Amino acid sequence: MSNDSGHKSLLRRVADLYVDGFRSMTVGRSLWLLIIIKVVIFFAILKLFFFPDVLSVSYDNDSDRADAVRSSLTAE
Amino acid sequence: MNDLIGVVDWSRAQFALTAMYHWLFVPLTIGLSVIVAIMETLYVRTGQERWKGITKFWMTLFGINFACGVATGLILEFEFGTNWSNYSWFVGDIFGAPLAIEGLLAFFMEATFVAVMFFGWNKVSRGFHLASTWLTALGVSLSALWILVANAWMQYPVGMEFDPAQMRNVMSDFAAVAFSPVAMNKFFHAVLSGWTLAGVYVIGVSCWMLLRKRNTEAARSSIKVASWVGMAGILLTLWTGHGSAVQVARVQPMKLAAMEGLYRGSVGQDLVGIGVLKSDPAATPADPMAFSIDIPKGLSYLIYLDGDHFVPGVNDLIDGITLTAEGDTVRGLSYADKIAIGKVAQNALRAYDAARKAGDSATMDSAAKVVKDNFKYFGYAYLPSPEAGVPNVPMSFYAFHIMVVLGGYLLALFAVMLFLSYRRTSLLDNRWLCLAGIVSVALVWICSQAGWVLAEVGRQPWVIQDLMPTWAAISGIQSGSVRLTFWMFAAIFTGLLIAEISIMLRYISSASKTDIQNPKH
Repeated sequence: MSNDSGHKSLLRRVADLYVDGFRSMTVGRSLWLLIIIKVVIFFAILKLFFFPDVLSVSYDNDSDRADAVRSSLTAE
Repeated sequence: MNDLIGVVDWSRAQFALTAMYHWLFVPLTIGLSVIVAIMETLYVRTGQERWKGITKFWMTLFGINFACGVATGLILEFEFGTNWSNYSWFVGDIFGAPLAIEGLLAFFMEATFVAVMFFGWNKVSRGFHLASTWLTALGVSLSALWILVANAWMQYPVGMEFDPAQMRNVMSDFAAVAFSPVAMNKFFHAVLSGWTLAGVYVIGVSCWMLLRKRNTEAARSSIKVASWVGMAGILLTLWTGHGSAVQVARVQPMKLAAMEGLYRGSVGQDLVGIGVLKSDPAATPADPMAFSIDIPKGLSYLIYLDGDHFVPGVNDLIDGITLTAEGDTVRGLSYADKIAIGKVAQNALRAYDAARKAGDSATMDSAAKVVKDNFKYFGYAYLPSPEAGVPNVPMSFYAFHIMVVLGGYLLALFAVMLFLSYRRTSLLDNRWLCLAGIVSVALVWICSQAGWVLAEVGRQPWVIQDLMPTWAAISGIQSGSVRLTFWMFAAIFTGLLIAEISIMLRYISSASKTDIQNPKH
C-alpha cells in the first residue's frame, strides 16, 4: 500500500513537473506554436502530398522492390 | 537523359538546401548544451545565484535553438524515400540501424532530461538538475553520433556484404560500421566544431550586450566560459580535422586532391596556405594556381608525417600513378581499370538476374561470386568516363581553405578573448572588439557550413564511395516535381528561419534589459 502511494506520488510529481512547466512557459509558447506549425507543414502537407516513399507506394513487397532496383541498376 | 540530369541536380540541390538548413541549428545545440552545463556546474559548485541567472539566460537561448532545429532533419529522410529510392534500398539496414538507435536512445534521453532541465528548477535537487543538464548535453552529442556514423559509412563503406538477391547491403559487422576511423574522426570533428560555434555565439551575444552596456558583468562572465569552451573546441577541431584529412587521404584520395586543387602530385608536395585557382585549372594541371602562398612539403608532411612522401593529384589518380621517393613511376589501378572492374560486377548482376528468372541456381551462385569479387568498384560501372569521377575542384578547394582560414581566425579570437578576460578586462568593452565578436557569429557559421560543403562536394560523384554515384541512386521521378518541392522548401525554410531568428533576437533584446544575474523566477 505504501509502495502504491509512493508510485502515485512519483507519477504525480512527474506529471506536475510537466503541467507546471508548460503553464509557466513564456518564450516556450511561441516555440511550441512554431514546432506545431512546422510539424503540420512537414507531415500533413509535404510528406503526404509531395514525398511518398517511391518504392513502398509502387510495389507490394520487398521482392518486387528488389527487382525494381536491380532493373534500374542493370539497365543498359 | 536530360531529365535524369535535371532530377539528379535538383535532388542534390534540394538535399544540400535542407542539410545546410538543418546544420544551422545542430552545432549550436551541441555546443550550447555544454556551455550551459558548465555554467550550471559553476552555480552548483560556488553557490552563487548570479550563475543560476546566467545559466537560465543561455539555457533559454538553447531551448529556442533546440525547438527551431526540431524536425528539420526529418525532411532529409523524406528525400531519401522519394528522390533517392535506389540509394535507400541499396544501403539496406546500414543506414536504418544507426538512425533507429538515434531515435530510440538519444532522442528519448534528450526528451526526458530536457524537460527536467527546463521545468525542474526548484522542483528537483540541484544535483539532479545538474545531472539532467549534463545528460542533455550527452544526449545531444549521441544523437549526432549516429547520423554521423551513417554519413561516414557513405564515405567509407565497411562492415557489410552485398546480397544480390535482396539487392541491398547487409550489415555484417556493426562495430566496423559504428567505430570506423572515418566515423570516429567525423563524430569528434563535428561535435567539437559545435563547441567552437557555440563559443563564438555566446561571445557574439555577450559582445552585443557589452556594446549596449546591458548586463556587462554577466556578459564578461559568459565570455570567459565561452572562450574556454571555444578554445578547447577549436584546438580539438584542428586536431580531429588533421585526423580527418589523414583518413581522407587513405580512403578518398580524390577528395584530398580536389581540396588542395592538386592535379599533378609530387614527392614532397607543398600545402597551399592561401591561393586562387585559374579559371580552368584542369587545362594546366602542372600549374593550376593563379596565385598561392605554399608551405613547402607541407601536404606530404601533414598527411604522412614524411616530407618526402608522394601525394597523388587528380590526374595521377585517374591514371593510377604513384611516384616513389626516388621519383620512379609505379602504375596501379587507373579509373579506366576500375570502370572495367565495375562493369564486370554489373554484368554479373545482369547474369544473376537472368539466371534467377530462369531458375538456374548454379549460374546464380557463380554470378553472385563474380559480383562479390568485383563489388569494391561496382559504382565505377556507371561512370561514362574516368573524368566523371572527379568532384568540383574549385568548390572543394575554396570550401576547404575558407574553413581553414576562418578556423585560424577563430583560434586567434578565443586567444584574445581569454587574454582580455583575465588580464585586460576593461578592454572587453572596446567598441571594435565587440563589433568583431558580433561579426564572428556570422563567420563561424560560414566556417561550419564550409566544412560540410567540402565533405559532401569533395566526395562527388559518389553517394556511396566507389559503389554508387548520384545518378544511379536517383528515383525514376520527374525533375519538375523535385524543382517544385525545392522552391517550396526554399520558401518554407526561409519563412521559418526568419521566424526563428526573430524569436531569438526578441528574447536577447528583452532579457538583456532585465537583470540576468537576478531573474525574477
